[in-house]
Amino acid sequence: LVPPPRLRELIRTIRTARTQAEEREMIQKECAAIRSSFREEDNTYRCRNVAKLLYMHMLGYPAHFGQLECLKLIASQKFTDKRIGYLGAMLLLDERQDVHLLMTNCIKNDLNHSTQYVQGLALCTLGCMGSSEMCRDLAGEVEKLLKTSNSYLRKKAALCAVHVIRKVPELMEMFLPATKNLLSEKNHGVLHTSVVLLTEMCERSPDMLSHFRKLVPQLVRILKNLIMSGYSPEHDVSGISDPFLQVRILRLLRILGRSDDDSSEAMNDILAQVATNTETSKNVGNAILYETVLTIMDIKSESGLRVLAINILGRFLLNNDKNIRYVALTSLLKTVQTDHNAVQRHRSTIVDCLKDLDVSIKRRAMELSFALVNGNNIRGMMKELLYFLDSCDPEFKADCASGVFLAAEKYAPSKRWHIDTIMRVLTTAGSYVRDDSVPNLIQLITNSVEMHAYTVQRLYKALLDDISQQPLVQVSSWCIGEYGDLLVSGQCEEEEPIQVTEDEVLDVLEGLLVSNLSTPVTRGYALTAIMKLSTRFSSVNRIKKVVSIYGSSIDVELQQRAVEYNALFKKYDHMRPALLERMPIMEKTATNGPTEIVQTNGETEPSVLDTKHPPPVTQPANQVRGVIISKYAGLHLCNLYIGIPPMTAYNKNGLKIEFTFERANPNPNIAVITIHASNSTEADMTDFVFQAAVPKTFQLQLLSPSSNVVPALNQGTVTQVIRVLNPQKQQLRMRIKLTYTHKGSPVQDLAEVNNFPPQSWQ
Amino acid sequence: GMRFLLLFSRQGRLRLQKWFTPTPEREKKKIIRDMTTMVLARKPRSCNFLHWRDLKIVYKRYASLYFCLALEDQDNELLALEILHRYVELLDKYFGNVCELDIIFNFEKAYFILDEFLMGGEIQETSKQIVNRSIEASDMLQETMEEYMSKPAF
Repeated sequence: LVPPPRLRELIRTIRTARTQAEEREMIQKECAAIRSSFREEDNTYRCRNVAKLLYMHMLGYPAHFGQLECLKLIASQKFTDKRIGYLGAMLLLDERQDVHLLMTNCIKNDLNHSTQYVQGLALCTLGCMGSSEMCRDLAGEVEKLLKTSNSYLRKKAALCAVHVIRKVPELMEMFLPATKNLLSEKNHGVLHTSVVLLTEMCERSPDMLSHFRKLVPQLVRILKNLIMSGYSPEHDVSGISDPFLQVRILRLLRILGRSDDDSSEAMNDILAQVATNTETSKNVGNAILYETVLTIMDIKSESGLRVLAINILGRFLLNNDKNIRYVALTSLLKTVQTDHNAVQRHRSTIVDCLKDLDVSIKRRAMELSFALVNGNNIRGMMKELLYFLDSCDPEFKADCASGVFLAAEKYAPSKRWHIDTIMRVLTTAGSYVRDDSVPNLIQLITNSVEMHAYTVQRLYKALLDDISQQPLVQVSSWCIGEYGDLLVSGQCEEEEPIQVTEDEVLDVLEGLLVSNLSTPVTRGYALTAIMKLSTRFSSVNRIKKVVSIYGSSIDVELQQRAVEYNALFKKYDHMRPALLERMPIMEKTATNGPTEIVQTNGETEPSVLDTKHPPPVTQPANQVRGVIISKYAGLHLCNLYIGIPPMTAYNKNGLKIEFTFERANPNPNIAVITIHASNSTEADMTDFVFQAAVPKTFQLQLLSPSSNVVPALNQGTVTQVIRVLNPQKQQLRMRIKLTYTHKGSPVQDLAEVNNFPPQSWQ
Repeated sequence: GMRFLLLFSRQGRLRLQKWFTPTPEREKKKIIRDMTTMVLARKPRSCNFLHWRDLKIVYKRYASLYFCLALEDQDNELLALEILHRYVELLDKYFGNVCELDIIFNFEKAYFILDEFLMGGEIQETSKQIVNRSIEASDMLQETMEEYMSKPAF
């Protein structure tokens, strides 16, 4: 009978395969042979066959039929068998398999074996993948071995105990007595694993933590010996004695010293000593310094020591080794809040890291730079950050732009500087700016009254150069709509006023409407801007014509707007001036998130314009206009009853439904709710159907929706009007049902809407 | 503690996988795919650290093999580089001028050595000599030398 091929023979054979198919064939053939060998209960070659199976498993082929065989190998008396058996168990089994539990008895026997290497195998396997039940069953054996004088076994028992505690935390107590003498060991392996065990216990239990605080002097002594001792060949790494143990001790000291003054004081000297004496020319020394810094920053250290730690980090930033620079930036980021002034001293080095070639370093340097910006350094820092914005990879631009806006808002030394900074971001990184920046910028510009002429001029000039960057185009359109009169009358004081005619301005805005580069949202902005100019420019006829053309636009949003504006011209022309008046200074309100700004001019009369039904004739012209500037719709005149804030009724899986309210005069018992559905996912939601039901005391009428496609990426909304009759003036509640198709699959959801503002039904 | 250690070639072929926490088979395959993709895509002079999910990934290339170690947040990345280096030194001492082929043909030995150095995601022994001596002594216990020669021919 031919013995099965050896492991290395098989490996050699498989590696000769030239294609995946050839390899698969070889493997299937060998697996078949191995399976029959297993069936025949062949003891001699079981080990060889399982080893081969493990190789094939690593190549990605299934090997589950070998699981039981591993158990048989573990139960064998031969060491060779046990070695492969335990390895196989660790590779093929985990606690999910029932087979796994069958190992328990074998492990128990092997833990008591006469050969320490067999005991070692059992400890290793238990400590790597023992399930909770196994740990419960065998914890006693582990505890026994933790007290042995055999250092080979003791170190393994310690880590095995760590695993047991991680799996079954209640068993922690039973290991307490065995820890008594652990730190008196001379053997580094035992010392190291003991420190790990003590760390695990202290991290899990405040009682253990208090109990072990008394070990601080001993730990300090061990650490001191490591540093002061001469060359020890067994533990030396580039002139440093057992860096692994040093780091683990420093970490345990951190946990013991945290929030404890006495312990922190007891370790103060040794930390200072390590911090000043450790060799920094190689990675190993820096690894120790790094851990030392982390410990100093986490315990109750005196300020001198903290400054020392931060200075070490500052020096790390100048190190040639990228890894060390990276680690320094990460640590500084963690401490910048608590030790702000100390970190500030290293600002210029941090800023230099913006020019680093490594992407991870650049990102951290950017985050840290923003954290360091304050009123004193804003001009200098912004210069660096804007330069970074110009030249950085696209993956950074959005975050950097947002960071610049935030910093500018907090610390701008002047309004002019602020506008210039915004301009710079919009023109250099305009396509990466986040959508929600647009309303914020609009508010900022509105509130910088003396800069209006300058701002609109600069934005207009930017549009002449480039209309591809949507946030820039949107802000510019809005500005031109608001301040177009200042533009054509050449009122700019900050710089040379440009000569531009009304027609030229309208050319630019109309150009945006037809350009392929403009998104639907941008077109909305452009059309609204044109409309607003009807009260600022004299070319009203031209504007009327544009607006009427778009009354039949395919884009539903644009069409709706145009229709409203047409209505303004035709039926409500007397209201037009008031409605399109210059915006006063806005206050942000917290409705529906930071991207919505509700603007009022303080009057309290109800709203006027009803785009779907004729308004009551009795309303005088100078009414409060309420406008919602939403991040999707720009300036959009819509139904608004001042005092009833809009609400988000539903927001899940990318579908957001907002409700806006008005009262339908003459019947004050009817609330008219308009739903606005928007979709932030990448695929359209088609066959969209919105249904609503109300409690018995109410009556509901649902009018037809604007469409049943909610376009992807917030490129438009579906609107629908609901009329609710509430004669008993009860609290409004609603149950809604949404159905739509998304990426080919039908979606259905039910939701309760209970957060109606009281003014909508009172 | 460490979560996993992977060794793979420049073509993304797996040479060793050690998982320090229980992980479902499908998840293991996904992680291996993610790690090989991410690490192999790194530019030559990048730093050796990556962020992935909530873990810190430390990787280093030795000849034709990538060593990839996943750490938890409180673990020391710079020390992890020393851990990888120590493992390579142990392999080198055992095989004598170790190369990828040694790991391919003697993968089980690579695991045995690893299991004397690390356990359950922590360092088990900090002395090179003790690890080497343990492996040699274990090898001596083997009943059949024909399976395991100290430097097998291939």
